[in-house]
Amino acid sequence: MAFSLLWLTGALSVLIMLFVVGYIMIQGLPGINVEFFTTSPRGGLSGDGGIFSTIVTTFYMVVVTLAVATPLGVGAAIYLTEYSENAESIIVRKLVSAARFGVETLAGVPSIIFGLFGYALFVSALNLGFSIASASLAGACLIIPVIIRTTEEALKSVPVSYREGSLSLGATRWETVWKVVLPSAFPGISTGILLSAGRIVSETAIFFVTLGGSYRVPHSLLSGGRTMALHVYYLAMETRAFDKAMSTAAVLVALIVLMNLSINIITSRISARSR
Amino acid sequence: MTTGNKTAAIFGLALMAGFSACGEGQGNGNQQVSGPVEISVVGSTTVQPLAELLSEAYEAVDPNVMITVSGGGSSVGVKSASDRSADIGMASREIKDSETADCPQIVVHTIAYDGIAIVAGHDVDVNNITMEQAGDIFSGAITDWSELGGASGVITVVSREEGSGTRAAFEELVLGEEALITENAILQPSNGAVRTTVSGAPGAIAYISFGYLDDSTKPMMINGVLPSAETVSTGEYPVFRPLNMVTYGEPVGAAAQWLDFIKGEDGQAIVAAEGYLPVN
Amino acid sequence: MTSGSRHYGARTGMENTMKTVLLISALASVLIVLLIFVFTMKEAMPAFREIGIREMLSGRVWRPGNDQFGILAMIAGSGLVTLGAVALGVPLALGTAIFLSEIAPRWISGIVRPSLELLAGIPSVVYGLFGMVVLVPLVRAIPAPGNVGFGLLSASIVLAVMVLPTIANVSEFAIRSVPKGFREGSMALGATKWETIARVIVPAARPGIISAVVLGLGRALGETIAMIMVIGNSVVIPAALNGNPLTIFLSRARTLTGNIAVEISYATGVHESALFATGVVLFILIMLVNTSARYLLQSSISRGGK
Repeated sequence: MAFSLLWLTGALSVLIMLFVVGYIMIQGLPGINVEFFTTSPRGGLSGDGGIFSTIVTTFYMVVVTLAVATPLGVGAAIYLTEYSENAESIIVRKLVSAARFGVETLAGVPSIIFGLFGYALFVSALNLGFSIASASLAGACLIIPVIIRTTEEALKSVPVSYREGSLSLGATRWETVWKVVLPSAFPGISTGILLSAGRIVSETAIFFVTLGGSYRVPHSLLSGGRTMALHVYYLAMETRAFDKAMSTAAVLVALIVLMNLSINIITSRISARSR
Repeated sequence: MTTGNKTAAIFGLALMAGFSACGEGQGNGNQQVSGPVEISVVGSTTVQPLAELLSEAYEAVDPNVMITVSGGGSSVGVKSASDRSADIGMASREIKDSETADCPQIVVHTIAYDGIAIVAGHDVDVNNITMEQAGDIFSGAITDWSELGGASGVITVVSREEGSGTRAAFEELVLGEEALITENAILQPSNGAVRTTVSGAPGAIAYISFGYLDDSTKPMMINGVLPSAETVSTGEYPVFRPLNMVTYGEPVGAAAQWLDFIKGEDGQAIVAAEGYLPVN
Repeated sequence: MTSGSRHYGARTGMENTMKTVLLISALASVLIVLLIFVFTMKEAMPAFREIGIREMLSGRVWRPGNDQFGILAMIAGSGLVTLGAVALGVPLALGTAIFLSEIAPRWISGIVRPSLELLAGIPSVVYGLFGMVVLVPLVRAIPAPGNVGFGLLSASIVLAVMVLPTIANVSEFAIRSVPKGFREGSMALGATKWETIARVIVPAARPGIISAVVLGLGRALGETIAMIMVIGNSVVIPAALNGNPLTIFLSRARTLTGNIAVEISYATGVHESALFATGVVLFILIMLVNTSARYLLQSSISRGGK
């Protein structure tokens, strides 16, 4: 009897997923056509138009945020994994544990706090205004912990023998990292990057207070805009175009599914390789 | 193609290439001025839809101009205009004395008057209330529709959040000095969300800007007067407030031209078409 | 040492440069945490100074227009909706975790696990939309005076689905970490599979499961957009709608996160500062929750290693 309860919970999880995703797809797919992707939303309250400008904004947001966060995150992870064991001075050791503490803390901060912080620092104090610049700086703060964590995992899974072999051939530590460890860890690192991209695509709260919500195609780093997720929010709250909201949501969900699939493919390739 | 760092560098290059390509595509090929003139407009989410329509109309007339309209709220609008981070700020209320004191160079341009209508769901059978009853409903003194002559049912008040220009105007004009909107009210962060909530929830009543009136909800008559542009202009319907655009000093260039357009015939025609009142 | 020695100086220089560059990157995360803390506190200070921490935390009335900034109602709202989400989500998550690690044949796990991953990936605004369009009308059908569908129940259901994957994932990890010896020993003593699960494995995995729940709690406390779309945002301490105390879940409420998101657009001066102060309270709360989750997870790993 207890077993059937457990089977029930497993089935329930799948059913819930089917219900939520199914409802969104059924409601949203009819509204999707070529025009939906190629026209921008209209101004006013009608909710007419498609999602072209939101797609562009989302793309820019992902690219710029990753451009800022990836070097910092990967660099931090490399240091924490490769360099910090034989740290000489006490100061450096303290800094390293501070860095780890920083990563752990950041990972738990809710996104609205990042949004508030982004608004206070980037939009107001630094006078960047509602712009891709402010939003991606705030977004970078959000995903740096993710990149650090996944990169560290990837680096740690590279066999020690690779490093030892390289070092014994006379390479410096950095040369070892750059030419041996990183290429080997690359699939794991790209998983982290994909995960972060997915996070940026899904986020709403943090960009709500930093992007400004204009429906135009952004044309510079200082332009504002709205991502697809923000567009769903505006459609649901300002207009009565729930059909368009569902269609945009359907596109979002499909995008996330694609990203998840890519991550799974990469992860299975990693584990296949290590066998 | 070895490391994340290289990927990032490629991203950065692609980004710069992408942006420069975009910039060129915007301006016309035979322009002397490089690229379009931009106007940034920031502020009230109530004025935002109207500003978006006005910007589309103006850009059809002068394709050289690109007007970007963002939200953020009336207070952000005034602040952005004051510290010049935006060309024009939007506010759905009067400018406060404290704001004028902070930045005396602020120039206020009223582009429209917006009535605030009381609406209820179609399931509500009451159609007409007095101003005093309206105050009592929204402050929570009256809690059941039967007290107003309708079928028995709990009154659910829906309101905007504190700080909203719409709410401030409504509180001042309908509730008066003493009363406050009941703490049991459902609060939504935009006129649109208020409207959607009222149309779905049983026994709901709310106040929304004229621009959001449609057949999903039923407008309430106050003292027998239906809220509409006509009744506001004749003075019969008393609940309205100005929609303002704010600039730092007198506006110049494209911003000045757009504001003239808005205050002129074409702009005001759009204002009227959306359900607001023209400035005259 | 022939070909390398010519470039040895340059290579050492590169090595040292990169070491410093990487150290600076590592410090970026510390810098960000510091910046967030400093800026949020700086913006929140006027509120703390003018209103007072005790007033804020114990005040039941939030009316910025009247200079009243009590966030007790929001603390209650966040607490209750998280409680509801945990009450609904934990049994389901735990059951799924046990199912996946102990019972499910491989092809079934191949369906259930991706489903959980998919649920985890759905953006919160989409959950909010779904809640508005599907759940709120459903909850509205429950007869109770003043029930309009928006409220704690709709929000708890949405939140439960959102934290389900997190809790299930970490619980499964904890259950799998229980050493094989436990299972084999129990079976050798004649226990049935169910008895093994219920009396041996789950209790052994308990610290890890608790940490999973606490992690889910942290996520639930931080959720913003989905909440403001379905919870009603009324600044009231939730109370039962009629005699039945369970109807407290039909009451509307406002979360700490919702407080910030709903009002940030129009706030100025002390009001804006009070919203930042709400952020500080939220930040501290979540940090407490997450630190205890991590502590519990560590102790479960060290226990499982024996």
